[in-house]
Amino acid sequence: MTAPAPLPPEEVLARVSTVPDPELPMVTLADLGVVRAVERAADGALEVVITPTFLGCPAMPAIERALREVLAACGHPQGRVRQVLAPAWTSDWISAEGRRKLAGHGIVPPGPASAPLPVRLGLGLPCPHCGSVATWPQSPFGATRCQAVLVCTACQETFAHLKAM
Amino acid sequence: MSSTDTAAYALRLGDDALVLAQRLCAWVTRAPTIEEDLALSNIALDLIGHARTLLAHSGALDGTGRTEDQLAYLRTEREFRNALLLELPNGDFAVTLARQLAYSLYARLLYGELAASADEVLAGFAVRAAKEVEYHAMHATGWTVRLARGTAESRRRMRAGLETVWPYTGELFEEDALTRRLAAAGTGVNPAGIRESWEKAVTAVLADAELAVPAPSWQASGGREGLHTEAFGALVAELQSVHRQFPGGTW
Repeated sequence: MTAPAPLPPEEVLARVSTVPDPELPMVTLADLGVVRAVERAADGALEVVITPTFLGCPAMPAIERALREVLAACGHPQGRVRQVLAPAWTSDWISAEGRRKLAGHGIVPPGPASAPLPVRLGLGLPCPHCGSVATWPQSPFGATRCQAVLVCTACQETFAHLKAM
Repeated sequence: MSSTDTAAYALRLGDDALVLAQRLCAWVTRAPTIEEDLALSNIALDLIGHARTLLAHSGALDGTGRTEDQLAYLRTEREFRNALLLELPNGDFAVTLARQLAYSLYARLLYGELAASADEVLAGFAVRAAKEVEYHAMHATGWTVRLARGTAESRRRMRAGLETVWPYTGELFEEDALTRRLAAAGTGVNPAGIRESWEKAVTAVLADAELAVPAPSWQASGGREGLHTEAFGALVAELQSVHRQFPGGTW
């Protein structure tokens, strides 16, 4: 079997953009804003540039492995994944499409990261179960590092909120 | 700015985060509520993330090429550079929360300033870490006030927790030759320079809690030179036990 012909960077970007997030598989790495670019390094190898959502995110090794597989499938077996910390990831980078998908799975998407703290914590966000806005932040620490838990005072159910930060 | 200095600095900050994370992990399944179990373990995970970033940076700069794992799992007790506050035994929930209050308010100020570091990795790290630490500060602040203004017993314990950890807070703000060189080069933060803001922040929280700021008659020191408390040996042994029993093991 012959190796596939190497695809140009913009086509590789389109392919890596479709890789799902390992912890939130309803959204892609591009939806989350984790994939920043596909660039050619000085040595000619293609690099996928990513910014972790949370520092030392435990999903990073799985993400890097998945991206290297895509690089190889695009004809770039020598391709690399490069993490950049600056500019730091912010929840504002999550795309409109990403927000729609999160909401569709019962995870309330974040508001602006620059909003005052009570708004960022999710005060008054509509409950995904009953639609009531009589909701309250229960704990800023949830099932993953990027999620908080809110509680609805109308239907008494809890729900997940992706932290605005 | 010598890269050796930056490596030594990243090691100090990274060890602070790593050692506190190890302490907080001991609360898993022992916290007062399930939400609190999640909160303390999430905070520990954030801190492990900080430690990984900082130790990896330190190992890349110190000339030895050690990985974050080699630094965390293969150094001896005397090679750790964390402040003593972070290695204190957990005590009861109030002691742990008093330590969280002191450290998270300090870390929020430290990372806020470190975001302007001339070192690109430290700066990028700090911007992100400051946002994570803001939640830790909120958590500690909320509990401090809640316990202090709860029952007579919770108030007694919160006050005792603060008295226990306070002699260890001064070390966070100690200057030495390394911090002076780093601050002069714009790579690191002068720890003494954030002390006043920290005291203001702490005083505001304790005023809300209707508690006095402790005024200890002594101050602990030595962690930055590798001189640790008696409890630290057992912490390091537990932290490194799996790695030392199964060298190179992967899962």
